[in-house]
Amino acid sequence: MAEVFYTEDHEWISIDGDTVRVGITDYAQDQLGDIVYVELPDEDDEVEKGEEVGSVESVKSVSEIYAPVNGTVSAVNETIDDAPETANEDPEGEGWFYEVTVDGEVDTSNFMDKAAYDASIE
Amino acid sequence: MFTDYNTLIFDLSQEGHTAYDLPSLEIEEYDLSADLDNHLVREEAANLPEVSELQLIRHYTALSSRTFGIETGPYPLGSCTMKYNPKVNEDIAAMPGFANVHPLQSVESKQGALQVMYEMQEALKEVTGFDAVTLQPKAGAHGELTAILAFKKYFQEKGELEERKYIFVPDSAHGTNPATAAVAGFDIVEFPSNEKGMMDVEAVEAAIEQYGPETVAGVMITNPSTAGVFETYAKDIVELIHDAGGLAYYDGANLNAIMGITSPGLMGFDAAHMNLHKTMTGPHGGGGPGSGPIGVNDKLAPYLPAPMIQKEGDSYSLYDPEKSIGRVSGYYGNFGVNLRAYAYVRAMGADGLRRVSEDAVLNANYLRAELKDKYDMAFPGYCMNDFTMTLSRQAKEDDVTAKDVGKRMLDYGVHAPTTYFPLHVDECLQWEPTETESKQDLDYIIEVMLNIAEEIETDPEMVRKAPHNAPVTRLDEVLASRKPVLTYDREAIEAQYEVFKETHADLFEQEDQQSPGSAKA
Amino acid sequence: MVQRRYLPNTEQDRKDMLESIGVNDIMELFETVPEDVRINEKMDLPDQLSEYELVKYFNELANKNTNSSQVPFFLGAGTYDHHIPNLVHHITSRQEFLTAYVPYQPEVSQGELQAMFEWQTMICELTGMEVTNSGMYDGFNAVAEAANLAKGSNKKGTKVLVSGAVHPQAIENLDTYGYTRDYEVEVIDTKADVTDLDDLKSKLDPKETVAVVVQYPNFFGSIEDIKAIADLVHETKAELIVSSNPLALGKLEAPGKLGADMVVGDVQPFGIPMSVGGPHAGYLAVKKSLTRKLPSRIIGHTYDSDGEEGFVMALSTREQHIRREKATSNYSSNQALFGLTSAITMSVLGKEGIQEVAQRNITNAHYLAKKVEEAGFELVNESPYFNEFSVKLNKDIAEVNSALLEKGYVGGYDASDAYGEENIYLLCATEKRTKEEMDEFVNALAEVAK
Repeated sequence: MAEVFYTEDHEWISIDGDTVRVGITDYAQDQLGDIVYVELPDEDDEVEKGEEVGSVESVKSVSEIYAPVNGTVSAVNETIDDAPETANEDPEGEGWFYEVTVDGEVDTSNFMDKAAYDASIE
Repeated sequence: MFTDYNTLIFDLSQEGHTAYDLPSLEIEEYDLSADLDNHLVREEAANLPEVSELQLIRHYTALSSRTFGIETGPYPLGSCTMKYNPKVNEDIAAMPGFANVHPLQSVESKQGALQVMYEMQEALKEVTGFDAVTLQPKAGAHGELTAILAFKKYFQEKGELEERKYIFVPDSAHGTNPATAAVAGFDIVEFPSNEKGMMDVEAVEAAIEQYGPETVAGVMITNPSTAGVFETYAKDIVELIHDAGGLAYYDGANLNAIMGITSPGLMGFDAAHMNLHKTMTGPHGGGGPGSGPIGVNDKLAPYLPAPMIQKEGDSYSLYDPEKSIGRVSGYYGNFGVNLRAYAYVRAMGADGLRRVSEDAVLNANYLRAELKDKYDMAFPGYCMNDFTMTLSRQAKEDDVTAKDVGKRMLDYGVHAPTTYFPLHVDECLQWEPTETESKQDLDYIIEVMLNIAEEIETDPEMVRKAPHNAPVTRLDEVLASRKPVLTYDREAIEAQYEVFKETHADLFEQEDQQSPGSAKA
Repeated sequence: MVQRRYLPNTEQDRKDMLESIGVNDIMELFETVPEDVRINEKMDLPDQLSEYELVKYFNELANKNTNSSQVPFFLGAGTYDHHIPNLVHHITSRQEFLTAYVPYQPEVSQGELQAMFEWQTMICELTGMEVTNSGMYDGFNAVAEAANLAKGSNKKGTKVLVSGAVHPQAIENLDTYGYTRDYEVEVIDTKADVTDLDDLKSKLDPKETVAVVVQYPNFFGSIEDIKAIADLVHETKAELIVSSNPLALGKLEAPGKLGADMVVGDVQPFGIPMSVGGPHAGYLAVKKSLTRKLPSRIIGHTYDSDGEEGFVMALSTREQHIRREKATSNYSSNQALFGLTSAITMSVLGKEGIQEVAQRNITNAHYLAKKVEEAGFELVNESPYFNEFSVKLNKDIAEVNSALLEKGYVGGYDASDAYGEENIYLLCATEKRTKEEMDEFVNALAEVAK
């Protein structure tokens, strides 16, 4: 069973063994408005926690996507390329962005759980 | 059937139509394909449209009728100085002795062109208070880049380039400022404005302290600022930057407010660009050409792009400054725009240019004063050539945005002001009526805005759906970026339409009941 | 006395407006301008001229220039003396095209937007590329911005290679832009009149080279084998940038079909006056994968809320006004009016016309070359050429041109520095040159250059 956490950058991360899936929260997609393009990292890219690895674009704004963990990109969501609106419609499901394979345990101490995240956007 | 000349020209095209002919051939045709490797001979002709002369003219005339220009009506687009573009300047630029002159013909055969450039350099030196001017940059942003490269070379010569990596930019700056500094390889430090819309001297001081004076490459300041206020402390900030060993850049976007009143040179700046397509009437051309000459003081003169124009005795020639950053564009910049601008300078003279600035400021203040009871102004006090209002109250109370108000203005035959700029003001409209707008037209704009204020109260939905009288209603910008169709391709256009249908299901349910298929032209 | 033609406010208007604002004197509005930065004297500018005097003054200056309505030009080198269809300036003089600005309000800018969308289509047709923006400052700047784009999408690379047969001013622009983005610009040697492929091969570095720039036809008029170059370049990850005279593409295979990743150039040959070098307009067309990295505005097709077709600026998030310091370029104003000018001219020419005009340029240039050779000059070009070619003179070119000017000709360009040999004379014959002009020019050249 995957564990889901949230970051201050309004990303959610779902940890399942050594695979971490990343996307943006419903709150983030709502703030951005209609998403028209998502720039994702390439498969096999090595990413470092806090590094800018892509961006989410609406018609008149751009937000960066940050890597929440160290690791290697193992999958990117190709649906997003064809249908960026998926990130608006189902941000925490079908609208995921990419997956990272991590070495060892993920340090989750800096992440928020659902309750803490919900409180942070109140 | 009536031919719709608005249609894409590729759909008007018919095989065999042409608007072109050549003189008859007096020599034998040369077959180049015999000399060329096969793969270099064009296999498939480029699919350019085939139309006869009158069809072509009707097409472009139809397009022009769907476009709003300065001569259509008031065009108070802030930061863009949409003033009248004198007709005589067009006639001057079209003189064969200017239009049909090659940039690389010998210096002796283009003395008149060099004289125009030289005299314009001199005039711009006077207006900006600088020691040297280059006409080479082709737009304002291009001028910025030219100057910031001169900064870079200056620091390189002094052996300080490694250390001096920060360019300071206020939050009210045009996007071109941080973009330029970044393109030139500097890092950006943004500092906030205060509630008066002015740069905060203490904030700059603190930032210098924080990053360390030895890391300061310079500052980029627009004055009057994009908030429409004159930065009273510009000179103090320039001095702070100079004390840290940095250089100061003046963005001339709002030069129209200060000609003959003050100058970047007097304020202590080291370099400035002018937007001749704005301040000096070169027409804006639907987005360009611009012209962005820069002026610099003696410190930076040796770094200007090559070539420059000089006068020796009665003759004009070209020379390369000793430590030049090199070329930033072809030849001598946008000569035709600089020529029009010089004609404007000569038509106005010193008193005329000062009067331009006075009236530009007067007109903006008049408009501001007459609108401030119904609309909230972003900043207190008198404004310069432009001013910013905020619709955040209306957005909150009536759910009517700055964009909605701008669109509604179009229905009244007035172009919208600049929307959502400057970025640090919510729901804003930035106005710049310019000095060529008459009081009569300003009074009309006021009437329109008072009407709209009432409409926001009485019929906000109508304002939200505006424009109602424009050639098209609001366009789906999300679709244009989600499913981009960037060239003529009927299949792609149809595919885009399918997506449009999915997202506008309501429209089609309704349409199906009334008149099937009428949603699409 | 102040000139008031462009200034409608009367003294009475000014008084009334000041009163509405609540001030007595206009200088009160400038109260925030400190005393110590005020200009206290009248600016030292030439006296104001009335409209009649203005036209007279500029006419006098114009008459000091030799222009192509007076004498035949044999000068090309990046800017060309073509016939401009008469209808072109009638359309571009329409104030809707001339005076509007960036189409920020698309609902009242549909004509401008559609015209630019059509232009984008024509550029892609000619170059064989998938996407283009709505224009660059000029062809040389387009070369430099294309190289910056390549560097932007391959941040680790440090080097751009440029053929020595590319226009010297394009190389100079590239050098300057290399200085901005901190990449090194290295020149590939030429072998006679074309790029030396062996040298290209030896300089291509799979790690460091982000782009290779060549010109087609090149600066000496010769037609490079883009396919052979593309094959070499694509053995690495570098992008191939081809700078191309778009008129030549009426007859030459589209660079996109030969393996170019980006095609750039200047549309001046399409109806744009030489105008002492500007304003002209550049283009930058790319393969689809580079779309999101393009600088400047791109126009896209869409629908309005009633389902009518329309056009807007698309993919704006690339640009400086949104992305600020993270933008790939600082472009704002471009050269829209001259993009339009060239779109009108390409429509005048049409599918057949562009081939005919390109062919006439070929025919005239080859006739001129034959005549020049017959007069005893040595032709430098070993490869096929379009509407320009180089010959070797035995005399100083400035002197030759000066003597030709006396005889009523604007002669060719001194390409010696670019070619790396003395007295290399680059000549051009467009469709405007008549047999008689060419015959007489060659006689005159023989007289002054022997």
